Amino acid sequence: MEPILAVKNLSMNFGGLRALDRLDLDVNQGEIVALIGPNGAGKTTFFNCITGIYTPTEGDILITPPRNSVQRINGLKPNTITELGMARTFQNIRLFPKMTVLENVMIGRHCRLSAGILGAVFQGKKVRKEEERAVTDSYAVLEKIGLAQFVNDLAMNLPYGAQRRLEIARALATEPFLLLLDEPAAGMNPQETQELNELIVRIRDTEKISILLIEHDMKLVMSLSDRIFVMDYGKKIAQGAPREIKSNPVVIKAYLGEEFHA
Amino acid sequence: MILSEEIKKSLLAAVWFMFLTFPIMVIRVNTVQNIVEWRWKNMLLVGIAGFFGSFLGRSFFRQKEKGEKKADPNTISVAALVQKITGNQRLSRLALAVIAGFVISFPFAFSLYQINIMISALIYVMLGLGLNIVVGLAGLLDLGYVAFYAVGAYAYALLNHHFGIGFWTALPIGAVIGAFFGILLGYPVLRLRGDYLAIVTMGFGEIIRLILENWNAFSRGPSGIAHIPRPALFGWEMSLEMSTKYIYFLMIGMVLFTIFVVNRLQHSRIGRAWIALREDEIACQAMGIDKAKTKLTAFALGATWAGMGGVIFAAKTTFINPASFTIWESVIILCIVVLGGMGSIVGVVSGALVLILLPEYLRAFSEYRMLVFGVILVVMMIFRPGGIIPDVRRTYQFRKEEH
Amino acid sequence: MSWDYFIELFLGGLTRGSIYALIALGYTMVYGIIELINFAHGEIYMIGAFTALIIASVLSLFGMHQLVVLVLAVVLAVVYACAYGFTVEKIAYKPLRKAPRLSVLISAIGMSLFLQNYVLLAQTSDFLPFPKLIPDFEFWEPYSHIISSQELTIIATTVVVMILLTFLIKFTTIGKAMRATAQDKIMAALVGIDVNHIISITFIVGSATAAIGGVLIASHIGQINFFIGFIAGIKAFVAAVLGGIGSIPGAVLGSLVLGWTESFFTGYISSDYEDVFAFLFLVFILIFRPAGILGRSQTQKV
Ligand SMILES: Nc1ncnc2c1ncn2[C@@H]1O[C@H](COP(=O)(O)OP(=O)(O)OP(=O)(O)O)[C@@H](O)[C@H]1O
Ligand SMILES: [Mg+2]
Repeated sequence: MEPILAVKNLSMNFGGLRALDRLDLDVNQGEIVALIGPNGAGKTTFFNCITGIYTPTEGDILITPPRNSVQRINGLKPNTITELGMARTFQNIRLFPKMTVLENVMIGRHCRLSAGILGAVFQGKKVRKEEERAVTDSYAVLEKIGLAQFVNDLAMNLPYGAQRRLEIARALATEPFLLLLDEPAAGMNPQETQELNELIVRIRDTEKISILLIEHDMKLVMSLSDRIFVMDYGKKIAQGAPREIKSNPVVIKAYLGEEFHA
Repeated sequence: MILSEEIKKSLLAAVWFMFLTFPIMVIRVNTVQNIVEWRWKNMLLVGIAGFFGSFLGRSFFRQKEKGEKKADPNTISVAALVQKITGNQRLSRLALAVIAGFVISFPFAFSLYQINIMISALIYVMLGLGLNIVVGLAGLLDLGYVAFYAVGAYAYALLNHHFGIGFWTALPIGAVIGAFFGILLGYPVLRLRGDYLAIVTMGFGEIIRLILENWNAFSRGPSGIAHIPRPALFGWEMSLEMSTKYIYFLMIGMVLFTIFVVNRLQHSRIGRAWIALREDEIACQAMGIDKAKTKLTAFALGATWAGMGGVIFAAKTTFINPASFTIWESVIILCIVVLGGMGSIVGVVSGALVLILLPEYLRAFSEYRMLVFGVILVVMMIFRPGGIIPDVRRTYQFRKEEH
Repeated sequence: MSWDYFIELFLGGLTRGSIYALIALGYTMVYGIIELINFAHGEIYMIGAFTALIIASVLSLFGMHQLVVLVLAVVLAVVYACAYGFTVEKIAYKPLRKAPRLSVLISAIGMSLFLQNYVLLAQTSDFLPFPKLIPDFEFWEPYSHIISSQELTIIATTVVVMILLTFLIKFTTIGKAMRATAQDKIMAALVGIDVNHIISITFIVGSATAAIGGVLIASHIGQINFFIGFIAGIKAFVAAVLGGIGSIPGAVLGSLVLGWTESFFTGYISSDYEDVFAFLFLVFILIFRPAGILGRSQTQKV
């Protein structure tokens, strides 16, 4: 079977800085894949490139959405890529702080709804139905993620861990086939991290959504991932199952000086 | 001790302002007769104003900083009051009845002059609500809004002049042309950051005005176009008074229509997208919202209202020229939105009424109108960025039992 | 279409460009440091010109020597413009340091509106004749048909100001602190730079060059009113953006390019649409090269 995401030879330059250097990566249906590497390795840049926020300097990004053929998505706009079925979260939380938790998730539903200007003004039966559906669907997502109790709070008033999970909820609401998580456990305490671990597995198992995540918490990475990609200075330095990565001397060298406990 | 410290600071400020304003406020040179006028009284006034201004300003600022740490800014009295009234069914019905009574009896109780002033105020309400879509909801600072207003006015004047097209046909045409120009301007500026957008839209507004001023063959230049017919009512001949009252009710209708549409838009899929776009463009796109399309709809819809406002303006004054469409017109409309409360319909309506009616009634004061507008913009941004009636957004509430 | 005419337009453009450059510097420096389009900057320039007019008229009436009048008028115009620039920043921008950019921009527009109407009300709405402060140099007499003493002074002053400014920014401690603040305010504060102080200095320096520009142009054109700051401000802003906002050499280059294009456009094509042209120019640059001639386009970090 085709991988649902296949990145080939991806490079990204910022002026003189080569943040990504001929990177290859692939994710198969139903997998949880981790992307790790020291600070500044280019992981977030990789996400930005494949979600259309940056246009990569060279390389190919190919996706195969379920029941669809292979498609090259270089240079597409971020919203088109989300519509195609890749949704992401941000390392530095980017919620809509002055909107409620429910509204944040409803923004995620936006691309699956259709009401236009005239619909909004006349509010015919179809539009009202659609809005009601949007509310119930969004609430259902919140229940799944365990945020239902905050439904009417403003996003900015949520505790930190809940804000991270709301980012996931918002991304799920766009109905992705591949979910990209940028350091979802950052700033979480061990218990929250454990819950996150279960949540991610649940999303994969019950929603049939594949996951690509960037994470510094090695314990989480090792227990979650089916496969791991390691990068340093924009280059891929290793790939393989958690066991192989743990004992890979190149990886340990790259992380030297950083905490690397597993 | 704190007080004396404050007084000392305020005195210093007073002295500083007296120094600062000395050449411009005190000296006036009559270059024709070559005499110098020394206006020392002004210096005294500046000193006093500087003292109290600085004293009050700093104490407000301290209060605000303290307040920010505690309460959230939405619990401010006026907003709370508005919410209370709209929240309580009986109260809100009563308020609506009183307003409706006043609105209906107004043209019968007041002179033609007053009605005319009220009509202009209502036009500004409509313009304010239109600009509110662009600035308040979508967060795009448009300083060239007046261009669409001019486009609407000239569209009616020229269509009528050349083809004899009547008001009621011109009104939707004005709306469409407005929207078209909105997209025309919106499209190229989509990629621009907020502050560049402000400058480019301002430039666009000036371009339109300068073209109208210089292209004599098309727009008759600075002398403008006269004899624009007032709106017709099934071909009746109306006296001036009748037709003014007619325009008044027409404007009331338009304002209600605008409020209705803006309110619905605000609470729709598109309105949500605008607000999200205002809060965080990148997150918004990553969540699947088409930035370009969403911004363009905001521009186009805002311009639609300016276009219709222009048609009505032309019909009301029966004469238009480029001087009615300067950048300051855009700034006044922006002032209405900012003073009233960005994003808040009640706020914008009250903002327009206050800003347009007050100077009309305080005639002695009207010279200072633009000066005061400038002060309002600065003071509001510092002390009350939400406006007099901040937008208390009706958020989507989820109630379990409903589902 | 003679060669002489071309030279005339070229020099005219150079003079225009020099004036734009003196104003554009203020925009670019302020933008470089706090990323704000200082809408009130054109008004500072106007107030500089007004102050010079008032001082010069008063001193002339007292019968002072022309050179003394010139020096005092210029010095006081600069002092006052700096004082206004400093005060505007303290009142309208400093309290909004943490506010959204839209708020600061609206505050700046308010300040601009206020200052214009302040001068309008305290002085007059009419055009006032501006005394010819810059004398005709005798030694220049033989060449004055090519370029007048006034224009020569404008160009020479601009060059001197640019050299001084470059020196200030490249080689002095303050200049270093300014560059550091422009790059990263938080880091600058951490290494002990008083950021508010540096921002004030930036406003003061920008206001000083604007005032010099104001006096020069007013003396060249011979009349001023309260509204001159608006159009000059816009054009200088166009120049700053054209060169790449935030870059000082860019502001100069952009100003010259704008000066020449305007001069040739009005000279060869039409003078009716002179101002439309500047705006169109702005729209085109921003759309096709938003980073300007010298600016490097940057990808916003996410
Ligand atoms: N828009 C940009 N312009 C210039 N340089 C950038 C930009 N975005 C990222 N970089 C640079 O690219 C490199 C990789 O950054 P990136 O954020 O991708 O690292 P990362 O692996 O996500 O690190 P971390 O673990 O700290 O999040 C860094 O040197 C960064 O400074
Ligand atoms: Mg990162």
